[in-house]
Amino acid sequence: MSTMPPSTPLAEAGPDIRPARLAPEQYAAHFADAAPRYSRTQALVEAERCLYCHDAPCATACPTGIDVPSFIRRIAEDNLRGAAKTILEANPLGGTCARVCPTEELCEQVCVRTAQQGKPVEIGRLQRYAVDAVMDRPVSALFQRAAPTGRRVAVVGAGPAGLACAFGLARLGHEVALFDARAKGGGLNEYGLASYKTAGGFAQRELDWLMSIGGITLQCGWKLESAAQLQALQREHAAVYLALGLARTDAIGIPGEDCAGVHDAVDFIATLLQAADKSTLPIGRRVVVIGGGMTAVDAAVQSKLLGAEEVHMVYRRGPDQMGASDAEQDWAQTHGVTIHHWLAPEAILGDGGHAVAVRFARQHMVNGQLVADGTHETFAADMVFRAIGQKLDTRVLDGVGLELKKGRIVADVDGRTTVPGLWAGGDCRSGGRDLTVEAVEDGKRAALSIHAALTVQATLSAPAH
Amino acid sequence: MADLSNTFAGIRTPNPFWLASAPPTDKAYNVNRAFEAGWGGVVWKTLGEAGPPVVNVNGPRYGALLTPDRRMLGFNNIELITDRPLDVNLAEIRQVKRDWPDRALVVSLMVPCTEQAWRDILPMVEDTGCDGVELNFGCPHGMSERGMGSAVGQVPEYIEMVTAWCKQYSRLPVIVKLTPNITDIRKPATAAKRGGADAVSLINTINSIIGVDPDTLMINPATGGMGSHGGYCGPAVKPIALNMVAEIGRSAETAGIPISGIGGIGTWRDALDYIALGAGNVQVCTAAMAFGFKIVQEMIDGLSNYMDDKGFRSIEDFRGRALKTVTDWQYLNLNAVSKAVIDQDKCISCGRCHIACEDTSHQAITSMLNGQRHFEVMENECVGCNLCVTVCPVPECITLRTLAPGEVDLRTGQVVSATPADWTTHPNNPMRKTPAAATA
Repeated sequence: MSTMPPSTPLAEAGPDIRPARLAPEQYAAHFADAAPRYSRTQALVEAERCLYCHDAPCATACPTGIDVPSFIRRIAEDNLRGAAKTILEANPLGGTCARVCPTEELCEQVCVRTAQQGKPVEIGRLQRYAVDAVMDRPVSALFQRAAPTGRRVAVVGAGPAGLACAFGLARLGHEVALFDARAKGGGLNEYGLASYKTAGGFAQRELDWLMSIGGITLQCGWKLESAAQLQALQREHAAVYLALGLARTDAIGIPGEDCAGVHDAVDFIATLLQAADKSTLPIGRRVVVIGGGMTAVDAAVQSKLLGAEEVHMVYRRGPDQMGASDAEQDWAQTHGVTIHHWLAPEAILGDGGHAVAVRFARQHMVNGQLVADGTHETFAADMVFRAIGQKLDTRVLDGVGLELKKGRIVADVDGRTTVPGLWAGGDCRSGGRDLTVEAVEDGKRAALSIHAALTVQATLSAPAH
Repeated sequence: MADLSNTFAGIRTPNPFWLASAPPTDKAYNVNRAFEAGWGGVVWKTLGEAGPPVVNVNGPRYGALLTPDRRMLGFNNIELITDRPLDVNLAEIRQVKRDWPDRALVVSLMVPCTEQAWRDILPMVEDTGCDGVELNFGCPHGMSERGMGSAVGQVPEYIEMVTAWCKQYSRLPVIVKLTPNITDIRKPATAAKRGGADAVSLINTINSIIGVDPDTLMINPATGGMGSHGGYCGPAVKPIALNMVAEIGRSAETAGIPISGIGGIGTWRDALDYIALGAGNVQVCTAAMAFGFKIVQEMIDGLSNYMDDKGFRSIEDFRGRALKTVTDWQYLNLNAVSKAVIDQDKCISCGRCHIACEDTSHQAITSMLNGQRHFEVMENECVGCNLCVTVCPVPECITLRTLAPGEVDLRTGQVVSATPADWTTHPNNPMRKTPAAATA
């Protein structure tokens, strides 16, 4: 830890930020699959560990309710198509969730093998093994589209919630117009995950696979910027599903944030994911990441993987409050990231307009209140990443009539908002834990809810006999 | 320190672990390696008549039933008797016996069912200095189509006849190896005894087909697109063999004949099962074929430590002990009442006991308590069937408790009686013995 008086010049020769810190082959190794796909042998042996529990806790713990024992038994019986269908029926983005779910806090946390053997069945890796096996086959090998209903639904946002909703609606025979602000669909799957979690362009493979059900048109580069746009969508479609995600990042509100070398972690992560050649990406020799969530971990670890020598991940509260799971924290630490707790960012110190260090105030929890104790820590930094969370840009919703709570859209578990014909889900919906798997469940349920509503409409408007 | 040395059918060996007549004992090279590893004896792979040797298929001889992590549950073979010339085998047997005088070297034989054929081969075998012969009346594939092997073993009269020839034309101990591919193992065993056999060994392999290739829909394994049934062995056959060993030990006609136990023995625990049910020694093949000869060292060590723990000085101290506990169903005590008990501290809440009992047995295990998954035996429904014990993945988590006399069986409302009562006197038995008839 480098603690020094803030008046000391920290970088005499300017910031040390450069690309190509590593040999070319190191990049390939560093950004390869974090947990490679099981071989058949591995899958069979792991599948054998599953006890096929009655009323299985893992299935209950899964936000999408995947029948875990059943899909694992299908793997054990060499029925991978059946296994994949069991997964994808409950969770059409089962491939991504297999890679990014915090399984240690969901299905694997409650696996009874933990009680018996201290080690759960590796459900996530088995799930990936099964889903990957069908990704090269057409959707029609597993799912058939229902007869066309002639109804059109707009889905805004092609992230996990939007894709799950669009896929569900398309399966039920509806036409879906899917919109996304980015150049590619996929949302956080495409732009918001550490590269080693979805290596091999998996987000686009999965998106293409889901789209191949038919009946979905994806329009990229379409950004929701006004209530008028949304109202137009409502006029032109039988229903609208908002899966906007949380696109807005705010400044921390401390001096020095305008210095060069200060970035939003989400931008860094998106750039990394999109970069074909990671050796072209500049990284600081010393990096400070401000935040304690998964985004902070992804930014910190990938900084290390790009060749940063010293990476500090600094969180203002304690380990128990961190958004990053224990497994994520372990992952960060085994990759050489130093995690600090109870340090609130106070100022980014600059030199010649460029960040050179970040000063933090140490604080403690006293009677439920964070109280600064007057001491400070300063970490030298060539680059600083902000990972303090994202928000919904609610300005675009002004005048639509949606009820908001803590800056997110109020909707029931089926996604019904306070505005008729308007559903919402995923991270932009109030409540939930901001997990991919929960966004998928939101989208899946909304599709069923929208379908039910459109079916009722159709029945009511049908001529009486 | 336990003494594992053992005398079987008059043949003394340093331990009761022999290799069965099979591929591992086909030639001096293998047998020397086996003796180096520590095996107490071998039964040399079956010799046939002089003349052109048999031929084997040139495709797969073996198939297996495997667990998902590819542990062998059952093993199947279609290999025939030795395909090497008789004089080569005899010369090797002679040399090996000379080199390993303290080990058993028994020669397995299979020749046509004529007196002359046996009269011809026996002196040649005896001349090698071997310790005994084992008559292969068990091999169920290939040779049986030619009137040998299990084709003989399935006809008790042939067994008696050939055994008698062997006793007549040889001074060697004669062990008759029995086929399990029959209805009542006591019949061939009785025939062997009548023929003068010094011992029986069992079981040989069971007729078997391993499976079908799902892509080709061909029998698997197949050679040249076809397959024939093979002989099944390995861990899966042990319970079948144990029953047959016990049947012979319990039958008045055959009780007391020395038994060499064969079938699914891979550990000292397996050997213990056989010996406790009356076997005088054991023979091993499949486990050696899966792991190599060294496993005998773990078997010897395990049995020796077990005997030390239990205070047994020799195998005779516990041989046949369990046989006394085997009886006919009709003599089981119907007044003995068991109930399953789930140790909640050991339970990992997989719910397997519940679903097994709920779907397929007596609906005697709960699945919920106050909205939480919870598994507990309802004694008023439990019949003590042991299904939950067997499906539970946690050792000793579910056990059966035997009710003490005087306790009330909550299922029947009856007080448990201290007096045993079995089916032979049960009121529901139309053939029951009346007290008068029972005492008559």
